[in-house]
Amino acid sequence: MFAFILKRLLATIPVMLIVAVFVFLMLRLTPNDPAAIIAGDTASAEQVAQIRASLGLDKPILQQFVIWFTRLLQGDLGESFFFKKTVASLIADRIEPTLSLSILTILLAISVAVPLGVLAAYKHGTWVDRIVMGFSVMGFSVPAFVIGYVLIYIFSIQLNWLPVQGYQRIGEGVGGWLYRLVLPSLTLAVIYVALIARMTRTSMLEVLGEDYIRTARAKGQSERVVLFRHALRNAAVPIVTVIGIGVALLIGGVVVTESVFTIPGLGRLTVDAVLARDFPTIQAVILLFSFVYVMVNLLVDVAYTFLDPRIRY
Amino acid sequence: MSFMKTTKLAVAAVAALAATASMALAQGKTLRVVMHSDLKIVDPIWTTAYIVRNHGYMIYDTLFSQDESGAIKPQMAEKHEVSADQLTHTITLRDGLAWHDGAPVTAEDCTASIKRWGARDSVGQKLMSFVDTIAAADAKTIVIKLKSPTGLVLLGLGKPSSNVPFMMPKRVADTDPTKQIEDFTGSGPFIFKKDEWKPGDKTVYLKNEKYKPRAEPASGLAGGKVVKVDRVEWRAISDQQQIANALLAGEIDFVEQPKHDLVPLYKKDPNIVVKDYSPLGNQYVFRMNWTQPPFNNPKVRQAIFYAFNQKDFLDGVIGNPEYYKECKAMFICGTALATEKGMEDKFTSNFAKAKELLKEGGYDGSPIVLMQSTDLDVLTNLAPVAKSLLEKAGFKVDMQSMDWQTLVGRRVKKDAPSAGGWNAALTSWVAADVTNPISAAFLNASCEKAAWGWPCDEGIEKLRDEFARATDPAKQKAIAEAIQVRVSEVGTHVYLGQWYQPQAHHKRVVGFLSTPAPAFWNVELK
Repeated sequence: MFAFILKRLLATIPVMLIVAVFVFLMLRLTPNDPAAIIAGDTASAEQVAQIRASLGLDKPILQQFVIWFTRLLQGDLGESFFFKKTVASLIADRIEPTLSLSILTILLAISVAVPLGVLAAYKHGTWVDRIVMGFSVMGFSVPAFVIGYVLIYIFSIQLNWLPVQGYQRIGEGVGGWLYRLVLPSLTLAVIYVALIARMTRTSMLEVLGEDYIRTARAKGQSERVVLFRHALRNAAVPIVTVIGIGVALLIGGVVVTESVFTIPGLGRLTVDAVLARDFPTIQAVILLFSFVYVMVNLLVDVAYTFLDPRIRY
Repeated sequence: MSFMKTTKLAVAAVAALAATASMALAQGKTLRVVMHSDLKIVDPIWTTAYIVRNHGYMIYDTLFSQDESGAIKPQMAEKHEVSADQLTHTITLRDGLAWHDGAPVTAEDCTASIKRWGARDSVGQKLMSFVDTIAAADAKTIVIKLKSPTGLVLLGLGKPSSNVPFMMPKRVADTDPTKQIEDFTGSGPFIFKKDEWKPGDKTVYLKNEKYKPRAEPASGLAGGKVVKVDRVEWRAISDQQQIANALLAGEIDFVEQPKHDLVPLYKKDPNIVVKDYSPLGNQYVFRMNWTQPPFNNPKVRQAIFYAFNQKDFLDGVIGNPEYYKECKAMFICGTALATEKGMEDKFTSNFAKAKELLKEGGYDGSPIVLMQSTDLDVLTNLAPVAKSLLEKAGFKVDMQSMDWQTLVGRRVKKDAPSAGGWNAALTSWVAADVTNPISAAFLNASCEKAAWGWPCDEGIEKLRDEFARATDPAKQKAIAEAIQVRVSEVGTHVYLGQWYQPQAHHKRVVGFLSTPAPAFWNVELK
C-alpha cells in the first residue's frame, strides 16, 4: 500500500509539470496584456510600457517561464499583478470560504443522495423511483446559477429568510457562518445529489439482485439491515468513485456559486484573476485545483481497499 | 410538525445565531456600498483606473477641488497667490491638516506629491514642462516657479478625475512613480483599514475623527468634507442581478452603477431612490488606429464623422432618452470650453458625403477590424451600431467580439489587424476627463507617445501647447475651438454623445453630492 501511495505521489509530478507548462503558455500566447488593464483607459503608451516592464512582461516568454518556475520550485507562487499581495497569502485568505462551501455541499449531497438512491433502487419501477430519477435528470440539466437565482428569489426576496449574498468567517460565529452558507450549499449540492443518487440507484440495483442479498433476506434480516449493511456496502465502490469524480464538478460549481453569492473564496478569486489577467494568480489557482483533483483521486483509490477487502495494491 | 414549520424553525434558529454573531459588527453607522468594480490596486497615481481614483478621494485630500459649477476652489490650500508676471504661484496650506498617523501635513509633503503626480499624469506632465522649481518655502508654503506663464497650475492641481493630484506624505510620495506605493497614509476624510481589505470581498474605510473640514458647505468635490458615518464598506458584488437583489433586500445601501436595464426594477420599490449624482456624465468614443490602413488616411477618418449619428448609438446602448444627450461639443456640453465649431455638418449620417470622402481617400474595400466588447453592458451594443452605419457608408467591417480585458490588451498592439492588431474600437470616458485639451487623452497626438490609436498631428500638438500657455479664459476657449476644428479635419477620434449613469440607493441614505466621482462625505444614514 505504502509503495502504491508513493508511486502515485511521484506520478503527480509530471502531471503538475504538464499543467504548469500548459497554463503558463496558454496565458502568454493569447492576446492578453495585464499592463494595459492596470494602466487604465487614459494611460499613454509610455505608461503602459512602464507597467509592462515593472511586471517583467517585456522579457522573452522563455525567460519569464524560467523565473516563474524557479520560484515555484522554491515554493514561491509569486506576487499578484493587481493585489500587491503574494499569491500564497491570497490563496490562504480564500481557502476557508471554499473549504466551508465544499465540505457543507459534500455532506449535504451525500446525506441526501445516498438515501435517495437506495430508496429509488428499493422502490424500483414505482413512482418514488421515477420522482428521484426525474429530480436527478433535472439536477443535471439546470445550471447552478439558475438554481442559485431561483433559491435566492424564493428564500431571500420573497420569504426573507436567508441573505442574498455574502460570507461570514467561521471565527466570527458559527451561526452567521452557517446562515450565509445555506443557500450556496443547497445550490451547489443539487447537481451533486443528482450525480450520486443516480449512481447509488444503479449500483444498488445491481447488488440487490445478487444471491447473498437473497440469502440475507432468507436468514430473516430486516430490510434496513439488508439494504444498508449488505447491499450498500457492496455497492459502495462505484458510489465513492463518482463522489471523487464529482470533485471536478464541485470545483466548477464553486467558481459559479461563489460568484453568484459573492463568497470570497478560491472560485471567486479564479474569476477575478481571469478577468483581470492576473497571470501569477491564475497559474497558482489552476495548479492548486489540479493538485486537489489528483489527490482526491488518490484518496478514492485508497478508499477502495477499505470498502472492498479483495482490492489490494 | 409540518415541513414548512420545521424549515421555518431551522432557519429562525440559524438567523438568531447569525444576528447574535453580527451584533458586534453592526455597531456604529456603516454605509454599505457597491462600486463599479472591486478595488485591487491602491495607488491612484500609478494607475488611471476610476475605482482607484474613487479610493483616492476616500483617503487623500487635494490642494484644490472642483465645486458643483466646475470652478476650482481651495481645499487643503488656505490661499493661492500669483505674482504679477504670472511666473510664481504661492500656495499656503490651511491650519490643522494632519496625516492619518497624526503627523502634520507640510509643504514638503505636498511638493513631493505634486512631483510624483507630475511624472505620471497627462496634465501633470504638461504642467511640469512649464515648471522651473517647486519648493517648500516653509512648513506651510509651497512655491511653484514657472519658466513661462501657464493656465495649467490650477487646472492641474484641481483636476477632478484620473490622475487626481492627491497629497501624500513625503516618504510615500518619494516612491518611484513607476512603482506602486505600499503605505496608505493620507490626510483625507476617511482612513483605509488595510487589515480589513479583502480584494474580492470588501474594502473598509473608517471615519477620520481628526479630519478638519473646511468651513464652507460641501459643493461638488470642494467645500467642507464632513463625514457623517462611522464606517464605509465597499462590497465587491459583480453580478448586477445580485446587486439589485441585495439593495432591494436592504443588505446594501448604495449602488454606484446600476445596470440601465434594471433601473425600472429599482424604481418600482418605494424605498429605493434612483438619481444621477454625476451631472457631466460620460462620453462615448470611436477610436481609429492611425498606424494601419485605411485609417492612416485623414479623408477616411473624416468620413466617419459623416457616417455616424449619435442618436443611433445612444438609443442602441442606453435606450432611455432620460439618460443620454446628443452633443456635438467635444469638451462636453455645458462646460466652459463647449463649442460646436467644426462639427456643424457632422453626425448626420450623410452617407453620400462619407462615400465621397472614402473615394477621395482611396479606400480599397479591405475589411476593417472593429473590436466589440461583449461583457460590459454600457459598451456591448456600440460596435454593432457602428458596423451598421459604417457599412451603409461603404466600409467593409469585420466585427470581432471579445471580452473587455482582451480588447484592452489588444488595443495596445500596433501590429497589422491580420496579425492580432486592430482598426477601430469603442470606449467611454468619464466626461470630467475630457473637459479640456490637455486632460483629454485622445487629443494627445504625439504619435508613438500618444494613447492607443496613436494619432500623429503637429497641428493639434501645437494648439495644445498654446492652450497650456494661455492663462486668459477667452483665449483658452478660442484655442479649444481651433482644436475641435482641427479634430474634425484629422479625426483623432469620433465622440458619440453623452450618457448618464444614475445611482441607486436606499431612501434612508441622504446627502449625496453632485460630483464627477462618488463622494461619501456629507452622506448620512437616517
